[in-house]
Amino acid sequence: MALVDTFGARARRQLLGSVPVTVGLVILGALIAVCALAYWIAPYNPTRAVGGINEPPSLAHLFGTTGQGQDVLSQFLYGGQNTLWVAFTIAVLTTLIALVVALTSAYFRGWADDTLTLVTNVFLVIPGLPLVVVLAAFLPPGSFTIIIVLTLTGWAFGARLFRSQALTLREREFIAAAEDVGESRWRIVAIELLPNMGSVVAAYFVNQVIFAITAQASLEFLGLGNGGQVTWGTMLFWAQNTSALIRGAWWTFVVPGMAIALTAFSLALINNAVDELGNPRLRADRLLRRAGIRKSSASLMTPVKRND
Amino acid sequence: MYYVLKRLAFYLLAAFVAITVNFFIPRLTPGDPASTIVATYSTSMNEESLQALKAAYGLTDEPLLQQYVHYLGNILKGDFGRSLSQFPAPVLSVISAGIGWSALLGLTAVLLSFVIGSALGALAAWRRGGFFDRVAPPVLLFLGSFPYFFLALLLFYLFCFKLGWFPMGNAYSSVNPPPFTLSGIGDVVFHLLMPAFTIVLVSLGPWTLNMRNAMIGVLSEDYLTLAEAKGLKPHRVLFDHAVRTALLPNITALGAAIGGVLSGQLLTEIVFTYPGLGYALMRAVSAVDYPLMQALFLVITLAVLAANFLVDTVYVFLDPRVRSGREA
Repeated sequence: MALVDTFGARARRQLLGSVPVTVGLVILGALIAVCALAYWIAPYNPTRAVGGINEPPSLAHLFGTTGQGQDVLSQFLYGGQNTLWVAFTIAVLTTLIALVVALTSAYFRGWADDTLTLVTNVFLVIPGLPLVVVLAAFLPPGSFTIIIVLTLTGWAFGARLFRSQALTLREREFIAAAEDVGESRWRIVAIELLPNMGSVVAAYFVNQVIFAITAQASLEFLGLGNGGQVTWGTMLFWAQNTSALIRGAWWTFVVPGMAIALTAFSLALINNAVDELGNPRLRADRLLRRAGIRKSSASLMTPVKRND
Repeated sequence: MYYVLKRLAFYLLAAFVAITVNFFIPRLTPGDPASTIVATYSTSMNEESLQALKAAYGLTDEPLLQQYVHYLGNILKGDFGRSLSQFPAPVLSVISAGIGWSALLGLTAVLLSFVIGSALGALAAWRRGGFFDRVAPPVLLFLGSFPYFFLALLLFYLFCFKLGWFPMGNAYSSVNPPPFTLSGIGDVVFHLLMPAFTIVLVSLGPWTLNMRNAMIGVLSEDYLTLAEAKGLKPHRVLFDHAVRTALLPNITALGAAIGGVLSGQLLTEIVFTYPGLGYALMRAVSAVDYPLMQALFLVITLAVLAANFLVDTVYVFLDPRVRSGREA
């Protein structure tokens, strides 16, 4: 019931109705689609030298070739597959861990909550990137290492976010009502708490995908990935290693960079709308405009929306 | 005071965790990197340093617990081991050379982002729905979507390589750090501009958006309507009433950002070959210098913890709510 109210039809109408979200969804959908179809639409084998060195974009090689004569378009398509699945895996794992930690905190309270909060805070305060670099340097390079390392270091902020959200919700009357009726704690957590955290969890998940894509690319760019595997990050690594920019082969550099940026940008567009769902004041402008009210003073009342 | 002690205990615990993690990383990772390292260096080192290396990686007959106690003792004595790639320099001397540059670069970038971002955010909220408010958020969002190192490399290529307006890396032109004179400071600032600017560019987004959203929340408060109704000049309403309150979340974030400054602007320092901690860490990684790598991680972490503790303590004096024992 609570789920339908906060995250159901109304939310969906609002999400799909706004222009930025549509743009974000279209870009993301297109990127995922072409990468998923890489096997059928990629013109060449991405790891094989199929042309000259650093050939500029032409009809034979739409995005040019790399410093090792590989086709950049094919690398972009296959690399996207690897990059995206790793990023989504990390986002799913970190969101799940954060949820489990936060809900366990909210469920057991007391010393279990204190301990988990302490662990979370320790993870938050230890600087992430140096730890990631050291861990990645010790483990064998590859997607698996990147997933492990970024999951281990990436869940703590979510746990804190979800816990504070769960604590706020716990103070609300409907939770007290459920307790009074004698519902079990697990039931309260699963049926009352969790659904009401929908928009926060969704926003966090989208943010985690962005974090994972850029962090993964950064690690691979630093040479901590598997250089033999084609991903957007290793494409940048090789471009840098063959001094692509200084030799004027901007396409080997700009293509993977733009691919990462477009993915992150489309996700950020989607995320902003998810944010607005949870914050009515940010939504106020659009509602006011729709109601025909032109803002005349700097301060602003929060409009009350008629529930239709 | 109780609050400060509690924070101190927390940071000591975090430091202990970091030290312990650091001890176990080479011992628990699969593929036994420790033996590989020792094998690599076994021909180029004398017996004594090889023995020290083995001890550092647990390739001795000592039981694990004893190794751990031994290791803790060394850390307490400030002995972080020796660098392999710059043998026989103790890692601490390699590190102390970098920490100042990292702090300089990080603080400059954080303060600039805070000031510029908050100003832009306040402006966007004040002229809400205006040109700037509609254009700035998506542009900043788009800039923030680029992997940082990508933008930094493009800017490096454009302004340092192609146009030659700024120096090609390093923190000063001479071989040794310049003297503390006007021209010396000018030289350091000149080398600082591009790296700091790239960080500001990508980190501006959150500062601006947070400020904008906080301002929007504050602008709908009754006391602002009152301030306007009293007939106060708009700029007084903006600065004395709205900005002062709306700035608070950004100030909290500023504290956290300053605490993290010493973690080294890893990617910036690498792109601009800026001689800070991040650059040293990356050089250690590419030289497979595990002792230096680990010591850098540890020192960076301890520095970050200490900085965080300082920021927390300063907070007690700034925010009366913390003083009375409530969490801010």
